[in-house]
Amino acid sequence: MSKILIVGEHAEGKLNAGVGKVVAAAQGIGGDIDIVLFGDSLGEVASQAAALDGVAKVCTVERAENAKPMAAILAPQIVEIAKAGYSHVLFPGGTFGKDLAPRVSALLDVQQVSDIMAVHSASSFDRPTYAGNAIVTVEVPAEPMIVATVRLASFTAVGTGGAAAVEAKSVDASLPSHTRYVGLEAQRSDRPDLQSAPKVVSGGRALGSSENFEIIFKLADKMGAGVGASRAAVDSGYVPNDMQVGQTGKIIAPSLYVACGISGAIQHLAGIKDAGTIVAINKDEDAPIFEVADFGLVGDLFQIVPELTEKL
Amino acid sequence: MKVLVSVKRVVDYNVRIQVKSDGSGVVTDGVKHSMNPFDEIAMEEAVRLREKGVVTEIVAVTIGGQKSEETLRTALAFGADRAVHVKEEGDIQPLTAAKALAAVFKKEEGKLFLLGKQAIDDDASQTGQMVAALLDCPQATFASKVEVEGETAKVTREIDSGLETLDIDLPAVVTVDLRLNEPRYLKLPDIMKAKKKPIDAMSFADLGITPGAGLKVTKTSPPPSRSKGVMVKTVDELVEALKSKGLV
Ligand SMILES: Cc1cc2nc3c(=O)[nH]c(=O)nc-3n(C[C@H](O)[C@H](O)[C@H](O)COP(=O)(O)OP(=O)(O)OC[C@H]3O[C@@H](n4cnc5c(N)ncnc54)[C@H](O)[C@@H]3O)c2cc1C
Repeated sequence: MSKILIVGEHAEGKLNAGVGKVVAAAQGIGGDIDIVLFGDSLGEVASQAAALDGVAKVCTVERAENAKPMAAILAPQIVEIAKAGYSHVLFPGGTFGKDLAPRVSALLDVQQVSDIMAVHSASSFDRPTYAGNAIVTVEVPAEPMIVATVRLASFTAVGTGGAAAVEAKSVDASLPSHTRYVGLEAQRSDRPDLQSAPKVVSGGRALGSSENFEIIFKLADKMGAGVGASRAAVDSGYVPNDMQVGQTGKIIAPSLYVACGISGAIQHLAGIKDAGTIVAINKDEDAPIFEVADFGLVGDLFQIVPELTEKL
Repeated sequence: MKVLVSVKRVVDYNVRIQVKSDGSGVVTDGVKHSMNPFDEIAMEEAVRLREKGVVTEIVAVTIGGQKSEETLRTALAFGADRAVHVKEEGDIQPLTAAKALAAVFKKEEGKLFLLGKQAIDDDASQTGQMVAALLDCPQATFASKVEVEGETAKVTREIDSGLETLDIDLPAVVTVDLRLNEPRYLKLPDIMKAKKKPIDAMSFADLGITPGAGLKVTKTSPPPSRSKGVMVKTVDELVEALKSKGLV
């Protein structure tokens, strides 16, 4: 039977919403599911992890060096823990997991599976390639261990009615001092988080400036939506990078996605393939975004977006 | 200071990918290939570091069949001084590639290894991190700013929650994101000059690497297609449509 270790992502006393989705993927594999958390003060986060349905045990590794998640420091500790009989080590597929999982894989000398989007068995998974334009089914050697990241947009988080045991662990691994944390310039906003928001409004290059982007924020606020952007809007400096949706940005799966002035390049579409309903507003009736949109409206977004905001 | 840059030959990002009807893979024959866009950014960064006087030598490395030589020539045209071609055909998985790259880095006694944050074919985003693990050195992934000062580097990383800065000792591995820079346009004289620059060929065996068992792709399928939607004429119609679906 499988014994699955999930490495839990968290920040400022909050468990990342993606962890519940990784648990859902783990349930697809089947077996015992444990979560391990690294940090310097994990009380709050541990109880949030323990509440996730289907989790057998939460292990906490508190240590000053673990205050910020740095791959070079966490990887040797994860390897120590994983070697105690785990068959799978899973990570959420955001930048945290992408940074960390390959370092763990290499230390364990196993090839890694990136972005599991469907589970066929304990050793067979689907994953996207070519910006999601081809889905491959892979068969992974089960020995000595399977290391993978989970594509969060593909799974629905488990419920939070559980009560797993929490166990403090100390890990005997020597940690490097060659990597030092300097700081984080966090983008704070009161809007719903882009990755978990049920609705997302995104703007593209067409907005033309960060001032103009305000109309996107207004529409989003009216709808209670998160806000995203195309790479072009990010590159032009209208909005910060962590709003980028797409192959090399965030992969999201809201039930409603509204793309305003976004052409629909494959790299952008890669990020919204799992959206429930896609609405496109674009002045070019031949824009590729209309090929995937459930509702398309041709016209100038500077008229349409404010009108839509008003009428909702 | 010597910098290594890895470059991969991939299907060009503008190509519309076709999945073969028998599910055995995607069509790559007769399709335009080019250097992985993130690797171009890594190359550009290496050249800028040399222009700043931080870097003295740039070595481009690729792993792949004969055709990958074109990619190395592109890297040489960007400004790499030399190139290393690990000549191996077939599908090379990230850990195997990382082992070869780490071996070349050691042999070359490099100080900094710049790689793209992901290759746009397999989208795995693994190789740089694995190279760092194998070299037991620092890693800074998804870099949007790299400042080298003596024996350390300050790297700003694009992560889900914002921009994180790490201070790392060299030697180190840095994987680059799209925003780090804009690669220069290659000039004909540089492309001509690149033809004369040296390329060292070697194999996995020369580097002491035996590819182990890896992931086996059993099927390749196109993504589920989205059915074509409806075009609405007015904002009112759109609002009605969204209301009737319970979305607003
Ligand atoms: C390796 C690589 C990775 C990439 N990763 C990503 C990624 O993750 N995410 C991403 O988004 N992109 C990514 N890109 C970039 C991508 O290829 C496109 O360049 C980008 O998505 C284009 O953004 P855009 O649609 O906002 O801009 P454009 O392509 O310039 O489109 C602007 C659109 O706005 C419309 N428009 C203009 N004015 C108005 C108006 N007044 N009213 C209504 N409509 C108007 C135009 O008709 C046009 O369709 C990547 C590229 C590469 C090479």
